[in-house]
Amino acid sequence: MIDFEFHSPTTLEEAFDLLEQYGEDARVIAGGTALVLQMKQRFAQPGHVIGLRKIPGLNSIAIEAMGSNGDTGSVRIGALCTQRSIEYSEIIGQKLPLVAETFRRVATPRIRSMATIGGGLVHGDPNQDPPPTLIALGASAVLTSSRGQRVVPVAELFLDYFETDLRPGEILTSVVVPQAPPGSGAAYLKFLPRTADDYATVSVAAVVTAGEDNMCRDVRIVLGSVGVTPVHASDAEDSLRGRPLNEENIRACAAMVSDLVDPLDDYRGSAAYKREMAQVFTRRAIQQAMAAMSPEKNKD
Amino acid sequence: MIQRVNLKVNGQDHQLDIPARRLLVDCLRYELGLTGTKEGCSVGICGACTVLIDGEMAASCITLAAAVDGAEITTIEGLAGEDGRLHPVQQAFIDHGGFQCGICTPGQVMAAKALLDQNPSPTEDEIRDWMMGNLCRCTGYYGILDSVVKAAEASETSRGANASNNAQ
Ligand SMILES: Cc1cc2nc3c(=O)[nH]c(=O)nc-3n(C[C@H](O)[C@H](O)[C@H](O)COP(=O)(O)OP(=O)(O)OC[C@H]3O[C@@H](n4cnc5c(N)ncnc54)[C@H](O)[C@@H]3O)c2cc1C
Ligand code: FES
Ligand code: FES
Repeated sequence: MIDFEFHSPTTLEEAFDLLEQYGEDARVIAGGTALVLQMKQRFAQPGHVIGLRKIPGLNSIAIEAMGSNGDTGSVRIGALCTQRSIEYSEIIGQKLPLVAETFRRVATPRIRSMATIGGGLVHGDPNQDPPPTLIALGASAVLTSSRGQRVVPVAELFLDYFETDLRPGEILTSVVVPQAPPGSGAAYLKFLPRTADDYATVSVAAVVTAGEDNMCRDVRIVLGSVGVTPVHASDAEDSLRGRPLNEENIRACAAMVSDLVDPLDDYRGSAAYKREMAQVFTRRAIQQAMAAMSPEKNKD
Repeated sequence: MIQRVNLKVNGQDHQLDIPARRLLVDCLRYELGLTGTKEGCSVGICGACTVLIDGEMAASCITLAAAVDGAEITTIEGLAGEDGRLHPVQQAFIDHGGFQCGICTPGQVMAAKALLDQNPSPTEDEIRDWMMGNLCRCTGYYGILDSVVKAAEASETSRGANASNNAQ
């Protein structure tokens, strides 16, 4: 690791000033699980590292006002919330069970005790677990700078391999996650053929909303580990939306996913294998999401 | 760059002037001479370097000491009582074959302590799940699992005894 200076601002304004002052030579650090590794390997060599830990108010989880239709709301998750605090949060467990379940699939309890939701998003690694789920639920990232705030859908945050839309001077301060609409079911599947603490070979988040007569009113399908960014399979969604949620339509929808993904050959499997698995796990995710649709669950 | 970092390690305050790039594991081992914390993989996977930071388990090999300025750190050296009596988890690892070569043991014990602090009566599945990030090349894990189960039972018994003592 090259030498650097560590800064511990105690307000966001102070952090913005430091980002302004040191520009490209500065990096913020949250849990450090990604950045410290990159610094050890010299992929990142900042001259100034700005710790966010001492800035109060960035690690709360709160219910936001109800949506315009009055029956679903959102939850605002502070950027510095650790993955473990999200996994165990009562609010998340009640309002966003899929989010709790997804964070539980990340790495090991020790990494989850350190890593934060904000750090994971800005890291921009397409193999991570939370992004597919957050995108499928329509979450947004709040990016704050001395100039003001931008609210960017998580779906648009990822530009390329390890590259996000975070602009110079910006800090991700919170993530707003809407509850799934009433009448919907959701699932996150992580295909792990090697070890339980590995990154996914393929992962799929699916949120399915059923209308009358088992009609698919809406569906969201987002995959991880199969491209340079998370892959939102909108063409496949279109093929199912408005159609009956039967075996044939679900199979046809899942089959489309193979052509929408662009996985790499690596030690977790060949690109061809991952394409195949993307299809299999999409089908299972839709089926599991449908099985999770219980009228009980959708009441609040 | 040399920077001032304050750490409370095992209840003792330390004011350290160290390079900003100093990792917590190195700070503990070299600055403070606490060599009980081991370094295995150096990338957050094996768990040998597990310590508690403000009560939460953490990998000290990917933690910058400067980033946890002001925090309370607990290492394996901080578990035994002042009279030298071992922590129930340490005693259980000795009594129930929780280790062989011992290199992974400080990390295993710290992880188990973190679990029992937060969940005093875990199920076997909960223990397996919690400890999945602490690798061991020797024991085959059964001894470790057994030790944590027994440590939880022992803590429960001693809590029960304390409660009845207090009631008297
Ligand atoms: C051993 C190991 C196993 C892992 N396994 C998995 C896995 O199975 N699944 C998975 O999904 N992930 C896995 N991860 C990745 C892990 O989820 C990320 O490392 C973590 O989420 C990053 O969060 P952090 O708070 O530690 O970020 P940091 O390392 O602190 O920061 C990461 C990046 O984000 C920037 N940053 C951090 N916070 C902010 C902010 N608020 N605003 C702007 N920029 C910010 C930093 O400058 C840096 O570029 C694993 C990591 C390790 C070390
Ligand atoms: S040495 Fe830190 S996790 Fe392996
Ligand atoms: S006892 Fe040897 S590695 Fe665990």
